[in-house]
Amino acid sequence: MADVAHQTAFVRHAALPEREPPTAQAGAVHWLRANLFNSWFNALLTLLLVYIIVQAVLGVWPWFAGATWEAGSLQECRERGGGACLAVINERWRQFLFGFYPRTEHWRPAVTFLWLCIAIAPVLFPAVPRRLFWATALFPFFAYWLIWGGSLWPVLMTLGGLGLGYAAYRFAAGRLGAMTAALAGLLVLVVWLQVVAGPLARELSRMIPLDLVTVPSRNIGGFTLTFVIGVSGISLSLPLGILLALGRQSKMFFIKTLCVGFIEFIRGVPLITLLFVASVMLAYLLPPGTTFDLVLRVIIMVTLFASAYIAEVIRGGLAALPRGQYEAADAMGLTYWQAMQLIILPQALKISIPGIVNVFIGLFKDTTLVAIIGLLDPLGLSTAVRATTEWNGVIWELYGFIALIFFAFCYGMSKYSQHLERRLRTEHR
Amino acid sequence: MAEAILDPGELKRPNPSALRVSDERAIEIVGMNKWFGQFHVLRDIDLTVYKGERIVVCGPSGSGKSTLIRCINRLEEHQTGTIRVEGVELTSDLKNIDRIRSEVGMVFQHFNLFPHLTILENCTLAPIWVRKTPKKEAEEIAMQTLEKVRIPEQAQKYPGQLSGGQQQRVAIARALCMRPKIMLFDEPTSALDPEMIKEVLDTMIQLAEEGMTMICVTHEMGFARSVANRVIFMDQGQIVEQNAPEPFFNNPQSDRTKLFLSQILGH
Ligand SMILES: Nc1ncnc2c1ncn2[C@@H]1O[C@H](COP(=O)(O)OP(=O)(O)OP(=O)(O)O)[C@@H](O)[C@H]1O
Ligand SMILES: [Mg+2]
Repeated sequence: MADVAHQTAFVRHAALPEREPPTAQAGAVHWLRANLFNSWFNALLTLLLVYIIVQAVLGVWPWFAGATWEAGSLQECRERGGGACLAVINERWRQFLFGFYPRTEHWRPAVTFLWLCIAIAPVLFPAVPRRLFWATALFPFFAYWLIWGGSLWPVLMTLGGLGLGYAAYRFAAGRLGAMTAALAGLLVLVVWLQVVAGPLARELSRMIPLDLVTVPSRNIGGFTLTFVIGVSGISLSLPLGILLALGRQSKMFFIKTLCVGFIEFIRGVPLITLLFVASVMLAYLLPPGTTFDLVLRVIIMVTLFASAYIAEVIRGGLAALPRGQYEAADAMGLTYWQAMQLIILPQALKISIPGIVNVFIGLFKDTTLVAIIGLLDPLGLSTAVRATTEWNGVIWELYGFIALIFFAFCYGMSKYSQHLERRLRTEHR
Repeated sequence: MAEAILDPGELKRPNPSALRVSDERAIEIVGMNKWFGQFHVLRDIDLTVYKGERIVVCGPSGSGKSTLIRCINRLEEHQTGTIRVEGVELTSDLKNIDRIRSEVGMVFQHFNLFPHLTILENCTLAPIWVRKTPKKEAEEIAMQTLEKVRIPEQAQKYPGQLSGGQQQRVAIARALCMRPKIMLFDEPTSALDPEMIKEVLDTMIQLAEEGMTMICVTHEMGFARSVANRVIFMDQGQIVEQNAPEPFFNNPQSDRTKLFLSQILGH
């Protein structure tokens, strides 16, 4: 016994020094081995796929390389060669971007788009200076003015009203408590908009006209329309979806029933139906004499539609949170809204990012459905273009162009969502 | 009931002169009953806790220990009887509830740290939003508290990067940052590996020395012996026996207590 103990007992007296890990087996050859040719079956698959890709590229390339950029009609294109007839894009790209927006005013949607890029930068990337949020806050008001035109004064009045309402809220919050103060702020806003803003705006317009040419909704088209509907729909449906998801979890019977009913109804109806309702039915339902812009109606319907889906996605995220998170928030004395804002929603939304972005991408592409109710989005326009005598018969070039632009933006959204998921990853398991 | 039983000798001994108990009432529970549906979880609970008391609650699984302490900060709602905390009665009045919750700290079995916030943010959140402490001051308080639980160097990390024992000490620090008058612990060590239990218990002992009123659900009988001034035994939703630790362990009166102690102490 003692002998065995003598042989197996072991004490390390000096610690082993740290060593470098073995250098990775790297190099192109190794990569090919590991990823493409690691068995005879995989090697076969690789060769087959390479063959298919090469064939596809060889098939399409001559069509693309022999493209005609300058031509007045499809007929002319065909006479110049057998390649793609990109002349149609060259001639009609402005129409695809702006629809029937007046030619002299095309700078307005363009400026709006640039402003949009600046406005979403601080929302998407924390590295962007926070001061840029001013651009974000002002964007909806000025975008409305830039796109539809008219006098700037009503827009400024609305902004002023919001400012006054907020000032009233801040003034009252210290004295009367948050709830009363919010009501006071709202009251100031409503009184301002109903009583003061209208006449004041008229008076000011007379003295200092700040007018842009009014552009009616039916002239807004192409990707401008896609973006007007898509961006409004996306930015409005997220907050609405969050409220619906929270409402669905509520303990208050009526709120819960209302939210569940709304979500289930909207999910059970095709978007096309809602769009028809927007284009035809709402005119009957609204009091006679109200003119309610068609694009605005479409935005409302698209927003409602997407918000129901987002609500369900977020509900999944909420359900995935352990109950302990709610309890810890409660036990600290946070109010319901504080707990939601600080603890629950940041986590639930993080879990829901892929689903939410999925809905956003769907919404963005679904804007093309408005072609069916007669709005001239890119798809509607392409039908119009193909109906002309010059371009009758152009298919691939038009739809390829539209698809490419949609793809670029949808791919961007998808990439951003992956980036966001990585950035927000804090658990290291 | 395979709880790790720590030998009391291993624990830091509290300084007895620091353990004073006043006759001011911190918590007063009178004739409290609670049901989950048809199930009568808590039956006629009467319990008065004085300021500075360290109470250990033990009992078999499902006896209602968690439910009892969760009623004190109204994570669970009681149906009959009254609960007063620091003189304020718990009713459905939300203002009162939030006020009491900000005075009562709670530590959970599974820590329940907020994984999307850093340790420091976990600790400053409630002071900033509930107490309206300026951020700077809240961070100073948080750093002091983290030093007290001996993990200031982890302040910028996320909970997922810490060990279980460290997470539980952060959870204690998070509760302490609100400067609570009462601390509730629900089995704070039973999700921990044995070698981490001691670091958490030491932190709790330190808290007891500072005169904190504590109610602690635990099966760490070593801790109960050395720190508690009163041990409460619960079974089937009732308080079956309560006593100072010495007589409680050496001379239990009820048969159920004897049975429980023999199981848990492994005699
Ligand atoms: N939300 C709930 N709904 C219904 N029954 C519940 C609920 N919470 C707890 N119970 C039941 O109430 C009883 C008491 O639960 P409690 O969690 O208070 O026990 P405990 O003494 O803490 O047990 P353990 O030592 O296992 O933590 C158990 O039988 C449990 O099944
Ligand atoms: Mg329990």
